[in-house]
Amino acid sequence: MGHISLNQITKTFGNVQVIPPLDLEIRDGEFIVFVGPSGCGKSTLLRLIAGLEDVTSGEIQIDGRQATEVPPAKRGLAMVFQSYALYPHMSVRKNIAFPLKMAGMEKSEIDKRVEGAARVLNLTDYLDRRPGQLSGGQRQRVAIGRAIVREPAAFLFDEPLSNLDAALRVNMRLEISELHNNLETTMIYVTHDQVEAMTMADRIVVLQAGVIEQVGTPLELYSQPRNIFVAGFIGSPKMNFIEGDAVGHSEAAKIGIRPEHLNLSTSEGEWAGTVNVSEHLGSDTFLHVQTEKLGTLTARADGEFPVRHGDKVFLTPQEDKIHRFGADGLSI
Amino acid sequence: MARNVTKNRKLAMTVLAWAIGILIFFPILWTILTSFKTEAEAIASPPSFLFFDWTLDNYREVQERSNYFRHFSNSVIISLGSTILGLAIAIPAAWSMAFVPGRRTKDVLMWMLSTKMLPPVGVLIPIYLIFRDTGLLDTLTGLTIVLMLINLPIIIWMLFTYFREIPGEILEAARMDGAGLKAEIIHVLTPMAVPGIASTLLLNIILAWNEAFWTLNLTAAKAAPLTAFIASYSSPEGLFYAKLSAASTMAIAPILILGWFSQKQLVRGLTFGAVK
Repeated sequence: MGHISLNQITKTFGNVQVIPPLDLEIRDGEFIVFVGPSGCGKSTLLRLIAGLEDVTSGEIQIDGRQATEVPPAKRGLAMVFQSYALYPHMSVRKNIAFPLKMAGMEKSEIDKRVEGAARVLNLTDYLDRRPGQLSGGQRQRVAIGRAIVREPAAFLFDEPLSNLDAALRVNMRLEISELHNNLETTMIYVTHDQVEAMTMADRIVVLQAGVIEQVGTPLELYSQPRNIFVAGFIGSPKMNFIEGDAVGHSEAAKIGIRPEHLNLSTSEGEWAGTVNVSEHLGSDTFLHVQTEKLGTLTARADGEFPVRHGDKVFLTPQEDKIHRFGADGLSI
Repeated sequence: MARNVTKNRKLAMTVLAWAIGILIFFPILWTILTSFKTEAEAIASPPSFLFFDWTLDNYREVQERSNYFRHFSNSVIISLGSTILGLAIAIPAAWSMAFVPGRRTKDVLMWMLSTKMLPPVGVLIPIYLIFRDTGLLDTLTGLTIVLMLINLPIIIWMLFTYFREIPGEILEAARMDGAGLKAEIIHVLTPMAVPGIASTLLLNIILAWNEAFWTLNLTAAKAAPLTAFIASYSSPEGLFYAKLSAASTMAIAPILILGWFSQKQLVRGLTFGAVK
């Protein structure tokens, strides 16, 4: 079980309100990702759920029980920290066993569970080492092992992959997703990386300045962003925004078009421009095009599109993929 | 080629390090050698380095003339006492400043350190008068308190830098893992803090053991530690280098041995925070 509901919770540090009144329902077994730029309050929100910070007002319920005043140790949640936060003076075995020891579990049962977790996470050969003797990826696995042995109601991840190098990050991303498929336990995952959010989440919560901008599945956020912020935050490369005369017939204050929804041609099209930078990845080509009237637009072509800096290209938006925004920034 | 350069460089650095090491150690070595010479050989010119008649007479004579063990036990009481008392005050102080810093924590730390910038002789007269009026002159209690106070800023600073290196996230992880305050202190905090406390303890014992200004000025006979024991050989009846050397050797031997055995811990304590 791991159903968490936040009712009108707020958090104030001194005079600064970092979380204005906020409601959120996190369903049992769901993989939910909090995403947003740094300082948006996503980590604070996670720490409020964990109990590492006290809410200023409002209430938190875990599986229908009041948890607002319950200390972190008693909430039945496990957390994986960005810095791994392993106990440096304990072996891997003792690190993983620590929460079970704290729960007063029998030694034989502890050993069984630790061995089990180590097998799942490929840590069996490292059980007697200290964290200092492990690589970053292995440390992260130990931190995850320490979280799973307890069979918690929910896992909290606080940017767990940001200290890893790019290749390892992709691997660990898959491992965490697999883990979620196997355990079917609620996971709350904080990241500033929208690719992590899109690839892992059942639902994404986009935050800005402590306010929830939108909650939805990755594809909902991609195809129906509620406002300009979400439209610009989700998707890589970023959506192009156009205002002024070109908006004309769309009856909007601003329109947005994703790079993959601009058709590219070297001979004809709606908007003309010259290639400023071209990025050839083999699988995709990203072009940063300097247009005459609309500033710089980014366009994406499938596979190879043979142009270079200074070449002339034409861009044509796919009409049905244009996002329209009102003067208040909301989608129309 | 590059390999050669590094090799030569390494050799040069090694020679240089040994030269500096020997230079620093030479006075101690010379003191120890002189303690085994006769008074005549001790002042002979040119001095003989190793080829002289080795004798233990100086040690015998020093033993007869003064009570080494009383000074020794005074030194032990003062250095251990001041260190333990200092730690008892400094651990909570450094702990709170490292983990719950306030807006003025930095200023408080700097202010504590600033007291070390004052020449001790500047406060000798007031402290002497206070000690006289409160009956603390020439007592172990008085010396313990003074040495504790003069070393307290250093103890707090060392512990502060050490504690600050313990990441707060580890304590939070322990809380998430179900540890209450007691379990957190026993299983996580203490094991991580002990090495830092041990380094501070060792360094402070050495500082207190070697402290000469206050121990000489505030004692006469009863509470005099080994520094006073050495000083008593330095002048009254003319200079007796060999006996002075014997007394010095006896005074520094215990701390030299302690330092030798704990050097790893000491170096770690002194460089903590500087190298990661």
